Order: sequence, then C-alpha cells, then structure tokens
Amino acid sequence: MRKLRYREALREAIAEEMERDPNVFLMGEEVGYYQGAYKVTEGLLERFGAERVVDAPIAESGFAGLGIGAAMVGLRPIIEFMTWNFSAVAFDQILNNAAKVRQMSGGQFTCPIVFRGPNGVARQTGAQHSQSFDAIYAYIPGVKVVAPATPADAKGLLKSAIRDENPVIFLEDERLYGVTGEVPDGEHLVPIGVSNLVRQGATATVVTWGKMLPAVLAAAETLGREGVECAVIDLRSLRPLDLAPVYASVAETGRALVVQEGWPYGGVGAEVVDRLQRECFAQLRAPVLRVTGRDASMPYNKHLEDLSIPSAETVVRGVRAVLAY
Amino acid sequence: MASEVSDELGALHRQMVLIRRFEEAAAKAYSQGKIGGFLHLYIGQEASAVGALAALRETDYVVGTYRDHGIGLAKGMTPRACMAELFGKVTGCSKGLGGSMHYFDADKRMLGGYGIVGGHVPLAAGVAFKAKYKNTGEVTVCFLGDGAVSIGDFHEALSLAALWKLPLVTIVENNEYSMGTPLSRTMSVPDSSQKALAYGMARDRFHAHDVLEVKARVGEAVKRARESSLPTLIEIQTYRYRGHSMSDPGKYRSAEEIEARKKDDCVLRAEAALRAQGRDDAYFAALEAEIEAIVEDAVRFADESAEPGEELIEAYTYA
Ligand SMILES: Cc1ncc(C[n+]2csc(CCOP(=O)(O)OP(=O)(O)O)c2C)c(N)n1
Ligand SMILES: [Mg+2]
Repeated sequence: MRKLRYREALREAIAEEMERDPNVFLMGEEVGYYQGAYKVTEGLLERFGAERVVDAPIAESGFAGLGIGAAMVGLRPIIEFMTWNFSAVAFDQILNNAAKVRQMSGGQFTCPIVFRGPNGVARQTGAQHSQSFDAIYAYIPGVKVVAPATPADAKGLLKSAIRDENPVIFLEDERLYGVTGEVPDGEHLVPIGVSNLVRQGATATVVTWGKMLPAVLAAAETLGREGVECAVIDLRSLRPLDLAPVYASVAETGRALVVQEGWPYGGVGAEVVDRLQRECFAQLRAPVLRVTGRDASMPYNKHLEDLSIPSAETVVRGVRAVLAY
Repeated sequence: MASEVSDELGALHRQMVLIRRFEEAAAKAYSQGKIGGFLHLYIGQEASAVGALAALRETDYVVGTYRDHGIGLAKGMTPRACMAELFGKVTGCSKGLGGSMHYFDADKRMLGGYGIVGGHVPLAAGVAFKAKYKNTGEVTVCFLGDGAVSIGDFHEALSLAALWKLPLVTIVENNEYSMGTPLSRTMSVPDSSQKALAYGMARDRFHAHDVLEVKARVGEAVKRARESSLPTLIEIQTYRYRGHSMSDPGKYRSAEEIEARKKDDCVLRAEAALRAQGRDDAYFAALEAEIEAIVEDAVRFADESAEPGEELIEAYTYA
C-alpha cells in the first residue's frame, strides 16, 4: 500500500491503461501542454506524446462526438471535460449518440468511452460552474455512472471504466483531488456496480457517494460519541446501482438517510428511497429521509454556498430526524 | 486649451485607468482572501471595451464573458457595485449571488457576464432580434474570447444573425490565448474574422492599441447595425498581462513576451497622445489621485457592506 492523492491515483490509472492498450487515448482542454487544468494529467504528454494526449480547442460537443465515433470503430477514448458543467454543451452527443448507438444498431456497435472530469461544487465558482450532474446522467439508460470518493476507488474504478465496453460517466471532484489515501500496489481494479460498506453501525444507515463521504463520516464520528452508531455505505457506482449492502444494513437499523450534494428534485437519492421503500417496507421503522443541496442555483457568496450543500452538521441533524421519527 | 479630440481621448483614457486600477485592487483583495472563486482580470485589454462601448448609445446593449469587469465599468456600472459583487456582498450588482463572472446591470443595459464559453453569443443575437422586432434602432455588442470561436454556439449565432440581418456587433477579443493554449493550437486559421466570410457577414480586424481607433472601427459596425440592420464580426487583437485567472501561474508564455506586448500598452499610448496635445504631469497626477480615491471608496464600500441573507438562496429561482 502507498499513499496517493486522488489526482495521482487517477493519473496512475490513465497511465497504466495507456501502457496496456495502445487504443486508449486522452483528449480534452489543457490536458497536455498545460498539464491539466487540475493537474490530473500532469506528465502524460511527455510520456505518451501528442498523438495520444490530445489538447482540444473549446469544442465539447465536437470532441465528445469525435470520441464516440472513434470508440465505435475500435479506439478507447478518455474524454476529459475541464468540469462537468461544460458537458452540458456536449449533452446531445452523450444522450443521443453514446448512450444509444448500441441499442439503435441492434447490438452491432459498442461505445467503449470514458467521459471524466470534476463534478459538483468547487469553491465559490457560482451558478454556472457549481452543478452536480449525478442525477442527470444516471437518468440515462445506456451509460454507466461512477463517482469515487477515495484515491483507491478513483484508481480502481477508472481502470474498470476504461476497460468497460460501455460509455462511462466518471464523476471526480475538485475538492477531492488533493485528498490522500492508501492505494493498493500493483494491478488494482474496482468493479463498476458494487457499493461499499465503509463503516459499521446498528442505529441508522447512511447512504452517500463522492465528496459527501467525508462529511458523512465526520457526522458519523460525532454521533458515535453519543452512542449513535451509523452504518455508512458509499455507493461508488450510481448506475448500475448496488443497494444490497444497504438492504442488509436497513434490516438491522430500520432507519436510513441518503446524503447527496445535488438538487433534491428526483435524482439518485430519490431513486435509493424508492427502492428502499419497496425492498425494505417491513423493516423500516421511519420514513427514509434525504439531506440534499438546496433547490436553487448556486450563489457566489461563500456563506450562502456553504448553506447550499450538506455539511457534517446537517447530516447529524438528518440522522437525528430519522431517529426521532 | 485642450481640443475636442483630446477631451474625448482624455475621457477614454480616464476610463481605461479606472479599469486598470480597479483590477489591481481586485487582485489585491483576492490575495487577501476577500474575493473567492475565479477572478479573470482585464488588465492589458482596456482599450477594447472602452473604445467599443464609446461607440454606443446608452440605450444600446452589451453582453460579455466571465472577463467582464472592464465591460461593466465601460458601460457605466459603478465601481462600488462592481467591487461589492466581487466581495460577494448584497450591495453588489448581482447581490453577491453572481460574483466576478456574472456582472449584470439592467439599467445600464449590461446583460451579463457568462461562464460557459460561447453560450452567450446566441443570447446576444436574441437581444439584437428584439431591437429589430420592435424596430428600436438599438444595437447589441457581444464580446467573446478567441477560444470561443471553436464552439458551436458562436457559429449558430453568427449564422442566424446573418440570415435574419440582426443589428449585432460580435467582437472576438483575441488575446492570443485561451487559458494556457495559444491560438495556433486551437484554430486552423490565425484570423478569426475570416469566419464571417461563409456567413456573408461584414468583418473587420485591428489592434486595440489606440482606443480612438477602436472606437472609430467599431463605430462603423455599429452604424451598419443601426442604419442597415446588418451584423458584423470584428476581431480585436489584444493581450492580457495577467494569468487567465488568479489561479493560473502562466507557465505557457515567457516574461519577455509579456514585456514586449506591454510596449504597445493602450493606456500608455493614450497618455503619450494626451501629453503630445499638452496635458502635463500635474494633469496625470490629479487623474491618478482621483481614480485612486474612487477605487479606495469602492473597496471600502465593498468591505463595509452586508452579506446577502440566507433568504436570497431561493429568492430569485422564479419570477
Ligand atoms: C464550454 C466551456 N468549456 C470550457 C470552459 C473553461 N474555460 C473557461 S475560460 C476558457 C478559455 C477561454 O479563452 P478565450 O475564449 O480566449 O477567452 P479569454 O479567457 O482569453 O478572455 C476555458 C477553457 C468553459 N468555461 N466553458
Ligand atoms: Mg483568449
């Protein structure tokens, strides 16, 4: 085991897969000469050359679509969006081409492509740059969606995503890029579609993913000191969704809370709640509650931004509300 | 006695100095942690916004990118409201909700700074569409960067503006870089005004060294828009002295290159012209003192203003 930063773990995954398979290439804005807007791709241009580490102009729809075409005929593109906010410009390509080409062709074509970049709220970047795309992409049949919270999962899931035969939406996080964690030596793959019980607890079940995991774990520590033991499950993959460990935990706790950064309307949290009420109706002793981002565009002001996304404190309040029912 | 030309140049020079000092104060406040997020400075490019907007009437519209401070100030927004927005205060032009990238002022007809590259160009075409629809004679000026020329929305907007003969002046501020990438690696031709050819649109291309020339050249396009309801694509060649944003270390270009570009500085060039017309040291010292007081006042105002309250989070989601 070594300690790596989240961004280094991602870089290692990309480099290993590029070594392994000459069809893998990386394309996006500032990924090469600039060494990546968030330094995820630092050193890759020097290592693999400009044919395989391609700096693209600001043309998201163009280079996302180009990647899809290349994937249909045998290449394995990794398309970086400088942030997922800019994927909105390429949404048609992902929705109408990447997600559908296999189905529309009756299974003749596959689209093994990874779209990756930082998702969600950074720091004070305002309404157009602070959006969580989890729900938007998880809504679409034909794409897989993953959102790693730790360096080990970042590496293992990215390697799996690059090898997957389907389009994978890979949601990273600017606030996680500098976080360090243990990453296994050697070949390390984390399968897509397998969630992870990261903390045991018999009082309440808390489900989350991505950058909310640290806030949830901090809340669980606080509650633990009061004797309230929370099980914490990190979904890691949002589509396909693996709720088996959640069902097992709820069988014990009877109480569950879902924590997500994004807007409350619909979304992955709502999907979890729906499945829980159907699968665990008999075991539930309280309604499943959610702690979510506020139902509004993100304000620039720092104080209002802090109030607009879940924190350890609001998660603690959420768990208390589930217990008080 | 100062001539009419030097009075006009004096006013434009003063605006450019105001923008530069405002931006320097913003950079300082950013390093003190009073401003967060992205801060894209306009230093070096002042003659572009100041000259272009001097060719407009107050009732004309402007739409811009996230690099919007110079455009806002040149359109008549107050330094107080602009600085308070950067500080995230409720007295800011967008109540502290928008920040540096999203200046708006309905009264001044500043229709916004936008953060998604190119996304505002169709919107600007829509503003021009309204002027034609209502036959108001208003002109819309839209600023974008050289990097935005690669994105689809720019081309769709130009296509529509040409097809429907909209009174739109689209200005590409070519500062040679989009973030860390030089133009030569983002576009297959060096001159973005060539993009107008296929749309059958009038075009122009010139440097922003001389603010009066900017005004005159943009003025021709504004006239074409106002009198004949025809769009124009203009490339203004300019240069930013600072990084793309405050977080950009700018390793992709040399100090020599920046120094070389500074030799053509638009503010210094205007100052030299004014001196040639008889303005003396005392004039410039008084001007600097006046601007310094304005900027200090804006910073103090921003500092002392209140934060927006929590009730503003959802307040403007719907009308
Ligand atoms: C659609 C989209 N893609 C990427 C970005 C990230 N980004 C912000 S500014 C910028 C460079 C823009 O350069 P240019 O258009 O030349 O304008 P300048 O900053 O030089 O004024 C990039 C890539 C974005 N905001 N929107
Ligand atoms: Mg530029």
